[in-house]
Amino acid sequence: MAAASGLKPILKGLSFALVGLLIGAGLGLLFTSLTNRPSTEPVIVLGYVFALLGWLLGVGLWDAWGREWVGLPVQGEAGHDWRRFFRFTTDHKIIGVQYLVTFVVVMLLAGIASVLMRVELMAPGKNILGPNEFNTTMSLHGIMMIAVAVATIIGGFANFLLPLMIGADDVAFPRINALSYWIIPPVAVLLLLTPFFGGFDSGWTAYPPLSVINAHGQLLFLLAFLTFGVSSILGGLNFLTTIIKLRAPGMTWGRLPIFVWSIFAAALISLTATQFVAYGLLMIILDRVVGMSFFRASEGGNPLLYEHIFWFYSHPAVYIMILPAFGIALEVLTHFSRKPLFAYKWVVGAFLGIVGLSFIVWAHHLYTSGMPNSLHIPFMVTTELISIPTGVVFLAALGTIWMGRLWLTTPMLFAIAFVFNFLIGGVTGIFLADVPTDIQLQDNYFVVAHFHYTIMGGEIFAIMAGLYYWFPKVTGRMYHEKLGKVHFWSMFLTYNVTFLAMFWAGIQGMNRRVADYIPDLAGINLFVSIASFFLAASFLILVYNLVRSWARGTVASASPWRARTLEWQTSSPPPLENFPHPPVVVGHPYDYGVPGSVHAAPAPVGGGSEDER
Amino acid sequence: MVEATASHPVHDRLSINRLGLWLFIISDSFLFAALLSSRFFLQGVHRPAELNQPLGLVISIILVASSLTAYRSEMAAAHGDQRGFRNNILMTIGLGLLFIIGVGVEWREAFTHFPPSTGFGTIFFTLTGVHASHVLSGLILLGIVLFLGRKGRFTSGSYWGVEGAVKYWHFVDVAWVFIYPTLYLVS
Repeated sequence: MAAASGLKPILKGLSFALVGLLIGAGLGLLFTSLTNRPSTEPVIVLGYVFALLGWLLGVGLWDAWGREWVGLPVQGEAGHDWRRFFRFTTDHKIIGVQYLVTFVVVMLLAGIASVLMRVELMAPGKNILGPNEFNTTMSLHGIMMIAVAVATIIGGFANFLLPLMIGADDVAFPRINALSYWIIPPVAVLLLLTPFFGGFDSGWTAYPPLSVINAHGQLLFLLAFLTFGVSSILGGLNFLTTIIKLRAPGMTWGRLPIFVWSIFAAALISLTATQFVAYGLLMIILDRVVGMSFFRASEGGNPLLYEHIFWFYSHPAVYIMILPAFGIALEVLTHFSRKPLFAYKWVVGAFLGIVGLSFIVWAHHLYTSGMPNSLHIPFMVTTELISIPTGVVFLAALGTIWMGRLWLTTPMLFAIAFVFNFLIGGVTGIFLADVPTDIQLQDNYFVVAHFHYTIMGGEIFAIMAGLYYWFPKVTGRMYHEKLGKVHFWSMFLTYNVTFLAMFWAGIQGMNRRVADYIPDLAGINLFVSIASFFLAASFLILVYNLVRSWARGTVASASPWRARTLEWQTSSPPPLENFPHPPVVVGHPYDYGVPGSVHAAPAPVGGGSEDER
Repeated sequence: MVEATASHPVHDRLSINRLGLWLFIISDSFLFAALLSSRFFLQGVHRPAELNQPLGLVISIILVASSLTAYRSEMAAAHGDQRGFRNNILMTIGLGLLFIIGVGVEWREAFTHFPPSTGFGTIFFTLTGVHASHVLSGLILLGIVLFLGRKGRFTSGSYWGVEGAVKYWHFVDVAWVFIYPTLYLVS
């Protein structure tokens, strides 16, 4: 009974979605009866759009928002038990937890997909997956991990922590925030349904003409990605407004925690560039569903248009992923080195420089796609320019650790590993930015290893650092330190063994996105596969630690790390609306060891320096 | 917790809403930038002779004129002139509907001369279609504002709903000011 009443909003959303699905499917049939086109894809598109609207209205959009538009008072209930996590709630901390739990689960599912791929690749020839199943598995792994990389930090950590760090009581638009979370479950449903509609073998990049002509699973993928883009845009808009408008008194731009700056920079990209990928996906949908000719060469279409539009988003998108990871890593490195963040202002400038440069490098993904040769050199130069601001961030990380009194907790170990892995990711990137070497390395495992070093070795390691660092703040309990260290060392070592070997496989000629390979490559592939199984197993330690500690870890104090930023100046977990007394910021957040320095004083009782405990 | 304004007593809700809307407009203009760039990428400056030039000019004038009535309705709301506010919103909705009808007539002709499966048809239907969907959503917003205005929701000191819907309407108009020459004039 209790469970049923707790899940009432979700059940309501599902029933509304069913009604929407029927209405939309009916409209789709009506549409195709007027034209001479096959009806399946219009029925899928309209059925999905109306089902999505029904789901959102049912799950809470109507009660919390829509009623206001027709002049009725809005309804809503907060609740205090587990049920609040299954509601259209506007508390940024609950939404943050919803995001974090959802995307850790998605990460594990995508991890299972990668294990399946490595089983298939253990030996040449067909083992467990056929070519099409392999490519669908690969595509699902790709898009799910992209979603994890885009949304875990901004949706999860930033939602929970950013308002706390700037001394606000919530984000600027709490209901848009709830909307941007509840729009995600339909994305997951669509992606998990793709194998039943013929899968999609295009990879997450979905290049035409393949993506225009293959099975209906591709259409589900396109709709899912488009929906996810909406969520990303709304999230970016919300965080920009929050940072600009809701900072506590005294929280000047020069006193913002570096994590907040990194979210600001990433939000600038997701607000703007995401529109381009939305349009790219729309073009494929229009070609498929109503027979337009964006990519049909006989009518003047050109698949290169998609690659330009797609990478105009998707290259900046890697900075949506990595900038917040820089933020977490620098945050953790500073607090556990007990030193001021080295070159704070230069880091902020580097973040904004990365944002600017990220918009003029996209065509380095097209070196071998047949774009004019005259564009090769300009894009090579802009791409290599990016190593200047990222180098500044890297040096700031080293300068912060330098001569510090390091406290080697689990989050600190992950942050240091981030610096190590990202160095390898950055250096190997130079070979892919250079036209001559890129033409040689195009589409082989060197590329795979490179972007896994930046996104997994970089961002996922930073997410791990953040999970452990803020675990006591989010749950009110401490994680198990020894298990955390076991997880770190097993993950760090197996990760590097797996992906360093992939560089070698790539140079030997191992192509990406294929289920089979020449027998000469059997040895290196078997090695990579076995290493990757150990890597996958290391995540079991993480899951056990998180679940066990959340249920019965030792109770955490308000500030177990004695860190100075504002999220640690309220209880763990923080109360509704965050601060019993709104804080007033009077100094820089990272002045560890500076005599007499204070970051924030609780107002209006004011004055104290409690953060210097 | 549901009513966001209640939890931010110290912040200026109006300026937060304004910033949010401006960021949305910046975001959406990237979509239109992508649309316009695809026209030049695929079709260059090719322009079919069958385009109905007089109709294109007329609907452009109608849409620009609707921005004027929209502005007048916002100003009337700001001065507490409920009657003027409602009349001008009604006129804006009427002009918007006229524009949609004009696009419909244009689509009918376009289907015979350059259907969506042709090169120029792809661009023409996508650009006008995405824009028309913005016009439709603007009409729905204006309709909600008119409905709430009839119930006396807006006063001279509190009319964010009117301001937001009208600003969005201006944005949709400005987008057309770029789309019109891109489709009808360049060659």
